[in-house]
Amino acid sequence: MSSAATSPPSVDKVDGFSRKSVRKAKQKRSQSSSQFRSQGKPIELTPLPLLKDVPAAEQAELFLKKLQQCCIVFDFMDTLSDLKMKEYKRSTLNELVDYVTVSRGYLTEQAYPEVVRTVSCNIFRTLPPSDSNEFDPEEDEPTLEASWPHLQLVYEFFIRFLESQEFQPSIAKKYIDQKFVLQLLELFDSEDPRERDYLKTVLHRIYGKFLGLRAFIRKQINNIFLRFVYETEHFNGVAELLEILGSIINGFALPLKAEHKQFLVKVLIPLHTVRSLSLFHAQLAYCIVQFLEKDPALTEPVIRGLLKFWPKTCSQKEVMFLGELEEILDVIEPSQFVKIQEPLFKQISRCVSSPHFQVAERALYYWNNEYIMSLIEENSNVILPIMFASLYRISKEHWNPAIVALVYNVLKAFMEMNSTLFDELTATYKSDRQREKKKEKEREELWKKLEDLELKRGLRSDGIIPT
Amino acid sequence: MSKMAGADGDDSLYPIAVLIDELRNEDVQLRLNSIKKLSTIALALGVERTRTELLPFLTDTIYDEDEVLLALAEQLGSFTVLVGGPEYVHCLLPPLESLATVEETVVRDKAVESLRKISHEHSPEDLEAHFEPLVKRLASGDWFTSRTSACGLFSVCYPRVSKSTKSEIRQHFRTLCSDDTPMVRRAAASKLGEFAKVLELEYVKSDLIPLFAALASDEQDSVRLLAVEACVSIAQLLPQEDLEKLVMPTLRQATEDKSWRVRYMVADKFSELQKAVGPEITENDLVPSFQNLLKDCEAEVRAAAANKVKEFCENLPADSRETIIMNSILPCVKELVSDTNQHVKSALASVIMGLSTILGKDNTIEHLLPLFLAQLKDECPEVRLNIISNLDCVNEVIGIRQLSQSLLPAIVELAEDAKWRVRLAIIEYMPLLAGQLGMEFFDEKLNSLCMAWLVDHVYAIREAATCNLMKLVERFGASWAQSTIVPKVLGMASDPNYLHRMTTLFCISALSEACGQEITTKQMLPIVLKMSEDQVANVRFNVAKSLQKIGPVLENSALQAEVRPVLEKLATDQDMDVKYFAQEAMTVLSLA
Repeated sequence: MSSAATSPPSVDKVDGFSRKSVRKAKQKRSQSSSQFRSQGKPIELTPLPLLKDVPAAEQAELFLKKLQQCCIVFDFMDTLSDLKMKEYKRSTLNELVDYVTVSRGYLTEQAYPEVVRTVSCNIFRTLPPSDSNEFDPEEDEPTLEASWPHLQLVYEFFIRFLESQEFQPSIAKKYIDQKFVLQLLELFDSEDPRERDYLKTVLHRIYGKFLGLRAFIRKQINNIFLRFVYETEHFNGVAELLEILGSIINGFALPLKAEHKQFLVKVLIPLHTVRSLSLFHAQLAYCIVQFLEKDPALTEPVIRGLLKFWPKTCSQKEVMFLGELEEILDVIEPSQFVKIQEPLFKQISRCVSSPHFQVAERALYYWNNEYIMSLIEENSNVILPIMFASLYRISKEHWNPAIVALVYNVLKAFMEMNSTLFDELTATYKSDRQREKKKEKEREELWKKLEDLELKRGLRSDGIIPT
Repeated sequence: MSKMAGADGDDSLYPIAVLIDELRNEDVQLRLNSIKKLSTIALALGVERTRTELLPFLTDTIYDEDEVLLALAEQLGSFTVLVGGPEYVHCLLPPLESLATVEETVVRDKAVESLRKISHEHSPEDLEAHFEPLVKRLASGDWFTSRTSACGLFSVCYPRVSKSTKSEIRQHFRTLCSDDTPMVRRAAASKLGEFAKVLELEYVKSDLIPLFAALASDEQDSVRLLAVEACVSIAQLLPQEDLEKLVMPTLRQATEDKSWRVRYMVADKFSELQKAVGPEITENDLVPSFQNLLKDCEAEVRAAAANKVKEFCENLPADSRETIIMNSILPCVKELVSDTNQHVKSALASVIMGLSTILGKDNTIEHLLPLFLAQLKDECPEVRLNIISNLDCVNEVIGIRQLSQSLLPAIVELAEDAKWRVRLAIIEYMPLLAGQLGMEFFDEKLNSLCMAWLVDHVYAIREAATCNLMKLVERFGASWAQSTIVPKVLGMASDPNYLHRMTTLFCISALSEACGQEITTKQMLPIVLKMSEDQVANVRFNVAKSLQKIGPVLENSALQAEVRPVLEKLATDQDMDVKYFAQEAMTVLSLA
């Protein structure tokens, strides 16, 4: 998307010797929701009697009137305006929350469109621009929604409505439709974590009760993720959406539909490439493991996907990948393990020899995992030759003594597993290295020849050397 | 090109298997290197085997790391010669087609870029026979990636295909504009303008305008805002009498969109829109829209609009310009001066001075000057800096004296700002200010600031201050230098702080040329030579560096008699850096 709202780098921001979190005074920031276009005039609402004070027969109508009053939204950035009316709306909303929780028989057919309208008027809004251009969810305090005193009650009310025993999806589906869901999903980009938490519950309820919307919801989440991965790298609600998906995946019927497999391979795996992975990695890994528990045959594409997107420069992410991989290996079937062990251990061997000791350490911890150890033992004839050169070299030259100690243990374990192969590899270590070097030299020569040729031909085609 | 063909005997030296092994190397980095030299490999194979063996291999093995694919997509865009020239260029289509369907946006975009490039090398027949079918396949692909890629290819083939094919292409574009996935609709919306340019006018009206209107009212704001961009191109294509009916309803709707992103886009493109719709619509429609944008509830939008104030006013029709500015724009601008958001104020400050040339002397003094003065006192340094950096515009109209009373405190405050980047920014405007304020004012008010920066505790400031002195001397001349700054600079040579002593050397290096031979030889050189005895090695090697710098300004006799012995001595210094720089200076000055 357009980098709307980029202003030139300001001299104000760049004096950066301290970490952002230190620099920024812990001021409480809040933001209005881009919907108040200077209405100016004070708002007047005529106070209505309490629902409990009127006869039961009149309650239904009064309920509708109250809903209509609550459609009015107030400007909370202006902390002084309409104080009385804001308080009135707050108490009315509170009353409505209690009313839908305890009352019976209030949900007439006319109430449905009014409830949805009230909720829509209050929660649907264009989210305001982020306060800082480079909002970093790990470092910066989120901007809180100024109208939360009302907004929270509206969400609360809506959830009670959806959960109410009298709630009938067959009527509600006329009003809670695709358009409604689409707007709801856009709100997941809210910076306010409290709002996202409510949204999560709301969406979960809708997914549970409206079977007709399920495919649509999944598809739209797909689109949000794809946009997040390939276009903007910015969306605040990824973790919340993944959390919902975790339980959705849990409920998938077997055998898995092609649509679901595609979602795994084309959406969930690429989510690993995003810079802010740490913010939703736990939820993402949970989804992945859910898939594999459903259908072990997906193990190979998943691991190949992770290997394809393995972080090149970000050690922190590498540690996360290793953690996720261990979760996967915990549930892997031996038959699947065999299919993937070669590329997998080539990567692990690179991690083990990482100069970043946390990466090396995380990888070496695999050897403390009994199940993984048993898999390695069964396949030591394949894995040992892949790992040996790295381990041998690190045991001699890694800068970190803790890593060297861990590597000794691993080597010892291998020696006990398969001493014949181990001795063989130790014996041929030197000659193998020499062979590699020779090959390397041959490569270099090949390229040199090719370049000479290019030069010669280039000259010739320029007409300098006649053919 | 046939002379490059495989007829050459030495091709047999490189069996394709060896080369393909290189492209398959297990190490990504090596694979990447090989792909980047794909042209070398192709050259070694000759055009025929490149076509029959290399390209099929590349097409089949396209599952790789995105970085490798990116390099491949780029290479293939300039591969025409290597496959035997335009006649065979369509051989490149299969691998590029696969690349245009991968997930990673940068790879796909590069593939599209290469496809666009080689499309021009196709003959009309080949375009119709090979290229256009590819576009169609992409446009009807299952996964959204191929459809987004197709959007970028319509405009390159449309002008060169037959009538019936053209109609198919239009149909495909129409379909993609209402695609199910927002990603594809975004791609289509972003290519709308470019496609409109190659379409016949009748089809722009009958086909594209409805699509434009639909995209501009899409449910997703990310699609709508791209339609605003297209608005500019489309408006340019249409005759004036059609604009009102075909474009303006959509544009009006966009300026009042409920999403600030769309309004931001309108503000950002405002000058282009203004030019595209012409003076009449500007007066009737755009002026009120612009006022609204300047008063928008989102700071982002106001800032974008504020940035356009000068350009918008400049482009107003001459006969009504002044009235519109005075009655409609200036009142909004006045409010922005005290906006709550500093980005808005700073955007305004960067253009507001430009209004003075448009409004002339009297209006400037009466209406704009108070605003300049208010912004010069703004709490945000960026606002003040932006005003100061544009002083030249005002100077031409009313002369800077009108401002100097307020200017001085503003400059002094910025000069002492706690943030060194603010100080740096103001230093950079000093030569400009000096030119406009004149030598007398400068000596009286600003000279002491310039000297104070020389002893700033931040190196970047001292360095900028040195450079600033050089520019001042260039402006005011050597005799000014001799009387005002040289004594102060040389005085620092005996400062107890070695950093300040080094500053003297840096200044001498910078100033010698502008000051000329006499001052350099008589006043500067003795000081430099004396400093060669300094006990700090850093000072000594900077002496060597300074001598190297000022050497060309000196007379040869001084060089031989005074500089040479000192450098010779430094060349035997205990410190290896001092030695190194002394030797280097002697070589450069031909004293070795």
